[in-house]
Amino acid sequence: MNIVEKILARASYRDKVSPDDVIFADIDKVMVHDVSGPGVIKVFDKLKKQGINVDKLWDPSKVWVAEDHFVPSAEKISAENIVKLQNFTKNYGIEKHFKYGMGQYGICHTLSHEEALVLPGEVYVGGDSHTNTTGALGAFACGLGHTDIAYVLLNGKIWFKVPETLYFKLNGKLPDHVMAKDLILKIIGDIGTDGGAYRTMQFGGSGIDEMSVESRLTLCNMTTEAGAKNGIVEPDQKVTDYLTARGANNITLVKGDSDAEYAKVYEYESSEMEPTVAKPFSPENTIVVREAPNVDLDKSYIGSCTGAKYEDLEAAAKILKGRKVKIRTEVLPAAISIYKRAMENGLLKIFLDAGVTVGPPTCGACCGAHMGVLAKDEICISTTNRNFPGRMGHVDSQTYLSSPLVAAASAVTGKITDPRDLN
Amino acid sequence: MIKYERDNIDTDVIIPGQYLKIHDYNELASHAMEGLDPNFHTKVKEGDFILSGKNFGCGSSREHAPIALSHSGIKAVLALSFARIFYRNAVDGAFLLPIEIDENTYQRISEGDEINIDISSNEIKNITKNQTYPMKPFSEIIGKIIEAGGLFKYKPD
Repeated sequence: MNIVEKILARASYRDKVSPDDVIFADIDKVMVHDVSGPGVIKVFDKLKKQGINVDKLWDPSKVWVAEDHFVPSAEKISAENIVKLQNFTKNYGIEKHFKYGMGQYGICHTLSHEEALVLPGEVYVGGDSHTNTTGALGAFACGLGHTDIAYVLLNGKIWFKVPETLYFKLNGKLPDHVMAKDLILKIIGDIGTDGGAYRTMQFGGSGIDEMSVESRLTLCNMTTEAGAKNGIVEPDQKVTDYLTARGANNITLVKGDSDAEYAKVYEYESSEMEPTVAKPFSPENTIVVREAPNVDLDKSYIGSCTGAKYEDLEAAAKILKGRKVKIRTEVLPAAISIYKRAMENGLLKIFLDAGVTVGPPTCGACCGAHMGVLAKDEICISTTNRNFPGRMGHVDSQTYLSSPLVAAASAVTGKITDPRDLN
Repeated sequence: MIKYERDNIDTDVIIPGQYLKIHDYNELASHAMEGLDPNFHTKVKEGDFILSGKNFGCGSSREHAPIALSHSGIKAVLALSFARIFYRNAVDGAFLLPIEIDENTYQRISEGDEINIDISSNEIKNITKNQTYPMKPFSEIIGKIIEAGGLFKYKPD
């Protein structure tokens, strides 16, 4: 069995599972946020009216709650959702609620690794599509809607069809100025936004051995954009070290068997990758930066679970050090812990000296919520994950998806810029 | 029947991100398809259907997407294929039926056609054109959850 099959077999008390088997899997961890949480509350209210007991969760210690999409609240509906969430966690005895304005908080998928909330080998579900991110730690991590999450909160399990696995063998090290974001954009450009549909996208090979945990998180994060059920990387010592440094213990590294089967194997030479962007209006609409259209950008956005981890900010700072931005540029660290490290290590000063606005952790404009959404006809380069029509604001705005290096280089020139071409 | 002849209709056009804070189903319905078809809510009728191409509902896990469509009156979406979370949300929450069809059926059904779907015989009847088309049968688990009326009413064997 491959790693996903092994995790799902363990979680469903079977010796073996194969693709297309339908199982009910025990859930080890579950996450809700300020969008899926109020959705769950609404489902609970409906169930209560039908006479179903919703007084207790199956295990509040396995649940955590993030405030990320609409925080800090810009208007009263968002503020009321936060109050609802707060009452919910209080009533159900959920202790892990990361509240804005009260220490560590941030984007749910960032907290999952920053706070070591998910461990290798676990089955983790979240009420958000980018839950796939956390598969980089060697967990089965999968996004669900809020009805499914409500079911998990009450029953501790949920049905899955065991997915086929697409294996992406990455050979060698990425060149300087090329990031995991460029690689995953290239892959999505090749296989399309349904190229991974209903399947697992697993990444391995020497390219993964060479890669940091945070870069692997970027790869798995964007498997959602290929329609994948989950993304996963077999865990290694780097994952153990990363999680141990964040307070985890009792880490067991689950890996696939040597005779594991994959539906298809793709091979990529990491060393041949180039800075890449996805043009509007789809993540599959990719082109290498040096061939990108010569458009005048209005904005550069460095934020989100995809592109505002510590490593991402470090990359942007490398470019922005001693330079000035030519277009509106925002940096929104994805969690307070990252914000703090960026402050301690001088990154915030680099950003502010360059003219960047540094904002609080939030999903913000990535999903068109607030904190710098786009006006009609505005063009943005962004380290986020989707560029569908209206994704970051007005339906006639445009978003180019890129790595933090490219977003920072483009902020300096006002054009889509390969970081290698900066003076 | 409302036909959108395109692939990859994503959750951002089905219900834009700015409305994710809203949990009033009727208000969500008033913004359904806003990113693609601002006239959707004036032309949709109770019991209506949407017909579209590949990878319908790709993108977000927002259950707001099937909710907004179902509370607009949409009973089923017929598409060449569906993105997984949209498909799952539609079934587990019992909001609407996601019906997979083949290319031939996709071509033969037109905007405005009156149709009936019979999931017991896996047939789509086009009353306007007096034609019958096949639909892809639901997998066993999906069929059972639909029959039960959603995941919470489904009793695993």
